[in-house]
Amino acid sequence: MVEQFQDIAKKKKEKEYQKYVKKMTPTHNLALNMLKAFLVGGLICTLGQVILHTAEVMGADEKTAGSWCSLILIFISVVLTGLNIYPRIGKFAGAGALVPITGFANSVAASAIEFKKEGQVFGIGCKIFTIAGPVILYGILSSWALGVIYYILLQLGVTG
Amino acid sequence: MEYVRAFLVGGIICALVQILLDRTKLMPGRVMVLLVCSGAVLSAVGLYRPLFDFAGAGASVPLLGFGHLLWNGMKEAIQENGILGLFMGGFTACATGVSASLIFSYLASLIFNPKMKE
Amino acid sequence: MKQYVGKQSIAFQSPVCILAGASIAGKKEGEGPLGEQIDFICEEPMFGADTWEAAESTMQKEALQTAIGKAGLTREEIRMIFAGDLLAQTIASSFGIRDLEIPCYGLYGACSTMGEALSLGAMAVAGGYGEYVGAVTSSHFASAEKEFRFPLGYGNQRPLSATWTVTGSGACILGETGSKVGITGITTGKIVDYGLKDSMNMGGCMAPAACDTIYQNLMDFNRQPEDYDRIVTGDLGAVGKQILLDLLAERGFDISRQHDDCGLLIYDNQRQDTHSGGSGCGCAAVVFTSHLLPAVEAGKWKRILFVPTGAMLSKVSFNEGQPIPGIAQAVVVENLSE
Repeated sequence: MVEQFQDIAKKKKEKEYQKYVKKMTPTHNLALNMLKAFLVGGLICTLGQVILHTAEVMGADEKTAGSWCSLILIFISVVLTGLNIYPRIGKFAGAGALVPITGFANSVAASAIEFKKEGQVFGIGCKIFTIAGPVILYGILSSWALGVIYYILLQLGVTG
Repeated sequence: MEYVRAFLVGGIICALVQILLDRTKLMPGRVMVLLVCSGAVLSAVGLYRPLFDFAGAGASVPLLGFGHLLWNGMKEAIQENGILGLFMGGFTACATGVSASLIFSYLASLIFNPKMKE
Repeated sequence: MKQYVGKQSIAFQSPVCILAGASIAGKKEGEGPLGEQIDFICEEPMFGADTWEAAESTMQKEALQTAIGKAGLTREEIRMIFAGDLLAQTIASSFGIRDLEIPCYGLYGACSTMGEALSLGAMAVAGGYGEYVGAVTSSHFASAEKEFRFPLGYGNQRPLSATWTVTGSGACILGETGSKVGITGITTGKIVDYGLKDSMNMGGCMAPAACDTIYQNLMDFNRQPEDYDRIVTGDLGAVGKQILLDLLAERGFDISRQHDDCGLLIYDNQRQDTHSGGSGCGCAAVVFTSHLLPAVEAGKWKRILFVPTGAMLSKVSFNEGQPIPGIAQAVVVENLSE
């Protein structure tokens, strides 16, 4: 009984402390950060649109144009990561650099470069997926789960 | 005009995600996972296609678009191959993006060395 | 020969002398307010080594060798070293002091390790277990980021409560006699857990531990904050400092006039964009050896309380949802000349 009371008192104390720390901790200016994310993220997407458009003008269908778009953006991001420029863009733009496909490529390239000293297999090989691995796993898994639902609906004739 | 729409939609998605980064304790890795999964769901319920038609790269370049891509590949594969398609669609759809990231990054690791942050 | 006092402290019968201190640090630290006082600044972040981990080891070796030289000793005369760092299995220390061939103990106290090393070193000397004993710790921004956060090329944003790991190492040589600065007492810290889980707000995690140790030190020695010219914590940063002052005020002590934090001394947060301040085993070690120790030696301060603070977590404990408790080790350093 006494122990239980002590436990509750401790939890309460911890909660109060967490609230107090939150109050004491400064945060970034959200509006400013959102503006920076908006500008940089928007610019990256605009660049993507230029590639999409160019590919379509050159006769590619929608899917092929999309692939070219990813390919070129990823290439640019990997080069900028190697030259230590992408981290600076990321520091400035936050989500603006994280959310586009270039952010995904940055996470792969940064891991590959950082862990090369630990060897080809256990360094680059394993750790290249440190940040990107979960994205691939849960992307594949969620689309699979949705696919299962779709397949069932298809069999039941609910959808076409 | 299509550039303006891509800029606005892409920018708005990024700005909204910035709220998640600044106001929650979510680490970037979790945010990326969240985006791809939500993209797949939004696409499956038919909400992402209209956005893509409106904004083009503004909808396909953010990681949400990666989820959209995965779902499209999955749907096509199921239509063509049934149950087997469930295990083909995902990787087929993201083949370019994932391969390019891995291959370019590996090559980058041969050329570049780790650098100090400033 | 009973030397313990109060609940958690030791008052040495005769003070343990600090014969010499030496420091080495990176470019950013060199550009900070203490840049002039640090013995060596290396502009090249790899310190001539091949990896970040080896760079950190190089710093430890250099710091220790310099300290031994300043004390006018040779490495054969050092009975033992207490060494530690932040990396897994403290490899920076193991490889750093390997070539010196001095008997050693490896320590882990997160960023409080310099306090731990000085405490144990002082105990060893006071107990008559060695005439000369070394204490050395280090941290490197890049090896710490790689180990605990993200690869360096990753474009992430750091929250304002985050600290910047100091690239640097500090070493001290302790002895029975031969210097006018000495350690007169220590207070061993408890692991204090207030249930905080935010790894980007270490100051908030460690402040309760600092409060606990400082409070216990004042109780055990029956002192008031005014009895110290400075009370210097390790790496609470701007956020943690304010929390510490509030927590101690709650327990009846106002240390706002004496308090300083190594993390706030080593960088100019505004100009150097380090957010909440510096952190890491090297932070307290570099500030102590380059700034605090010389000031006590020069008589600027008569008696200070040096309280390095550490956050006790690993990647595993963090991922498994454990909170981040803190620890703080207090060392009383005095000018011994009357």
